[in-house]
Parts: sequence; structure tokens; C-alpha cells
Amino acid sequence: MDMSPSADLTTKALSRWMEAEGPETDTVISSRVRLARNIEGMPFPHLMTAEQAAQVIGMVGKAFRSAEASKADLSGCELVRMSELSPLDRAVLVEKHLISPDLAREAEKGAMVVGVGEAVSVMVNEEDHLRIQCLFPGLQLGEALTLANRVDDLLESKLEYAFGERCGYLTACPTNVGTGLRASVMVHLPALVINNQAGRVLSTVVKLGFLVRGLYGEGTEAAGNIFQVSNQVTLGQSEAETAENLRNVVEQVIGQEKHLRQSLLSEMRDQVEDKAGRAYGTLLWSHVISSQEAMQLLSDVRLGVELGLLKGVERRVLNELLVAMRPGFLQKLAGQELDARERDIKRADLLRSKLGN
Amino acid sequence: MLCQECRKRPATVHVTRIVNGRKTETDLCEECAREQGELPFLAESQFSIQSFLAGILEQGAQTQASVKAGAAQRCLNCGLTYREFARAGRLGCSHCYDQLGDRLEPVLRRIHGASQHTGKVPARSGGTIKARRDLRELRENLAKAVGTEDFELAAKLRDQIRKLEKELE
Repeated sequence: MDMSPSADLTTKALSRWMEAEGPETDTVISSRVRLARNIEGMPFPHLMTAEQAAQVIGMVGKAFRSAEASKADLSGCELVRMSELSPLDRAVLVEKHLISPDLAREAEKGAMVVGVGEAVSVMVNEEDHLRIQCLFPGLQLGEALTLANRVDDLLESKLEYAFGERCGYLTACPTNVGTGLRASVMVHLPALVINNQAGRVLSTVVKLGFLVRGLYGEGTEAAGNIFQVSNQVTLGQSEAETAENLRNVVEQVIGQEKHLRQSLLSEMRDQVEDKAGRAYGTLLWSHVISSQEAMQLLSDVRLGVELGLLKGVERRVLNELLVAMRPGFLQKLAGQELDARERDIKRADLLRSKLGN
Repeated sequence: MLCQECRKRPATVHVTRIVNGRKTETDLCEECAREQGELPFLAESQFSIQSFLAGILEQGAQTQASVKAGAAQRCLNCGLTYREFARAGRLGCSHCYDQLGDRLEPVLRRIHGASQHTGKVPARSGGTIKARRDLRELRENLAKAVGTEDFELAAKLRDQIRKLEKELE
């Protein structure tokens, strides 16, 4: 620990956790669980001094070096201070969903602990002292929660958490108090979008108390037809209930998506195959491409692959490209700052080399 | 996605225009959108969760009888006042939950529809908290059992409650 961060962290687009297969990966890209925790008596990060911030980072680092950490199989986790990373490296970590944009801006007080193939990342001194995050491929909320609990139990054995009998885990913002749990699932819903059903289905999900947003956009016109569904309520429900409710809702959404995909296959097979093939062709032969266009084309290709109409493209390459073609990563790859135009050129280069045989 | 106008800042405003049945769509950043007059409804740029929350909190403050006394109410641990909390939407430390407790409860109800934690409990403090939670649940069930005149169940619950109360003493 405390050494310079391993190279993979900011140079490899695809985290190791994302290389594994998971259930429902034809519609669900990944599942994430986040637990917000704070240390008793210590001011919350926005009121903290630099010394107090360093103190919290020290305590967290120590917990991960302890004997209990190796017992919990978490001793391989490494501590990385935001101050050790360049702004570009921090942008890459945001694009990999390992840290939030807010933590990336906390160059002075912020830190992270990352491990288990990047499936675990603990943000230190973000809005709360600790944000324990676990990521799994496909629909695996229960698994993500189990791992998050393991990290939580380790930290709890070493730190005194701020906890109240009535309000549960105490957080800086009252929207997180209670379990401190935010569970979210990233889903690819092209058939719902093609059939103009995404708005209807997703607004029902919102009415049930869940939050829906586009991965790189807002509302129902999400780039690349990728949406994120998460819980809102954190008080008055147990962690298992929250995860179970979200899983239920997501299963219904992907059920509709799958149903529509089958009707596309039986009624519009030629058109879907044509669309996927053309998208693939464009990606293989373009030299300047915007992020938005690439996202849309990758979505068309992904649908073709999932329906068995397009052969020779691996799902893991599509997942890798989702991260690798973002601005921070493209600049990291180029080793220099790039303006929007240059990025569009680099993005096309990357797509040709990754998708070409 | 970048703003289609300046191509520098990220696009956060999606504009859909329908003129004579022709639909055009553009993605702009907030600044370009404001320049083009596409943001008449957004006078101030701060449109965050915190400002939303602040609205709820201010409202909460006004309906309280003790507004004057309350606004100056200060957390003894970190010094945050309720007014500062209402403005920022963030508490100062874990003690704020106790110090501003009465005023926070309606806020929590509005956000979560509940004000009692029922999830995980830290192992360290777990024993008694869990027992107290069980007790609360048993009492609720007892009231229900009495309501439905299920006296056999009520008697059973009463015994469990007594036993747990003794353990907690």
C-alpha cells in the first residue's frame, strides 16, 4: 500500500471484474452497490480540515493493512491519494466508474482504496468519509451487497462509525441516511427505445420510487440506449429489501426488453440485421466520429450480437469501448491533451483497431 | 456529449423544436442555451439536489412554531446552524442528527416516507439495538393481535416482550 498506483488502474479501460461473465449480460451491463459511512465525532468532509482529512485517510489505510483485512481477503487493496494522480488519471477513474466526479475534484483531501480486480473501490472524503463501492458484471446485486458488507465489516471493526438507533448510518446529506445504500443497475434497452416504449416503461419505474437516468445523458434519450436504474429511499428498508426491490423492477424491465427483442427478430429480422451490419461497417471505416454517434452505433452492433445476427464481435470488446472511447481515456492513450476534433479522430482510430480483425 | 454550438463544454440541455411538423433536436451546454434564449425557465444555474433539498428544508423551518429559536440553533459539536444546513442541504457532523433531531424528522419523512432505520446495525453496538428493535416489532404485533382479537397470539407475544424487557434491563 501507499506506493504508486498500479499501472492498470489508469491505463486499462476494462477492469478485471468486468471481464467475468454474469447473469443477464445480454441486457444488464453491470450492477453496483454503494454504502455511505462516516466516522463518529469527525466533521463531515465539507467541514473538515486538511489534517482531519489526512487522519481519516490514515485510519482507512491502517484498516486495510490489518490482520483482519487479510482474514477478509482484502489485504491486496491499495490506497491511492487523489494528490498522487494527475487530473487526467482522475478523469480516467471517473470514466471507469471507480470514483465520482466530486472525488476527482477533491485533489487535496480525497483518496481511494481499490482492489479485488477493481470490483471494490472505497472513496475516502467524498461527500461522506467513506463510500464503499462494489461493482459486478450483469445482474448481481446480492453478490455486490455481500462483498460491500465484507468491506464494511472490516472497516467497522477498526473505525467507530457514526450510527444512531433511529436514523441508522448517519450521512452528510439526509437523502442517504439509514442504510446509506445506493444500489444501481446499468441496462441496455435498444428494443424498448426502437419501439418508443422506453419512456413509458421507465416512467413507471420512477413512479415505483426508483431513479432512472441515461448513462451519459439525461432522461429517456440516453446515449447508446444505456440507462441506470437505482433506489432512492434509504430509510425504513433493510439493505436486502432495497436490493431485492431493485432486482424485481429491473427483471420486469429487461423482461419487456427481451420480449420486444424477440418480436424484432420474428417481424423485422432483415431490418435489424441490416442496421447492425451498417453500424459495424461505419465503425470499421470511419475516421472522424463523435462520442454520441459511436455510442449509438455500438448499441446497434450490440443488439445485432445479442440476437445472433452479427458474428465475430465480442461483448467484452463492446464493454471495453464504452470506457476506452471517452475523452479522458482517449487523451491518456494519446499521451497528450486533445481538443474535441482530435478526440473524434482518435476515437475512430481506436474503434477501427479494436473492432477490426 | 459535447455542446453542438461551442463544441467545448459538455451538453446538458436537450432542445427539441417542432416547426411546421418538422422536428429538430440540438444538444447544448447551459451557457450556449442561455445565449440562444433556450433557458427561460432557469433563472439561476444552481439546480442541484442540494438546492432542491434546501427548498424542502426552508419550508420545514417555516412551518415550525419555534422558527426564531430554531434558526439560531447550533450543533454543539461542529457549530453548524439549522439555517446553514437548510442552505447547503448537508449536515456538519454525526452529532447534528441529535442536535437538530426534532426538526430533521419531518424532513426525513418527506424524503424517505419513514424515519426509523430498519437495516444493518454495526456489530459493536448491535446487541442492544437489535433487542430494542425486536421489542418494538413485538409491541406492534401485539397491538395488531389485540385489534384482531387473537388473544392466544397476544398472550404469546406478551410473554416474549416481558422476557426481552428483562434482558434489556
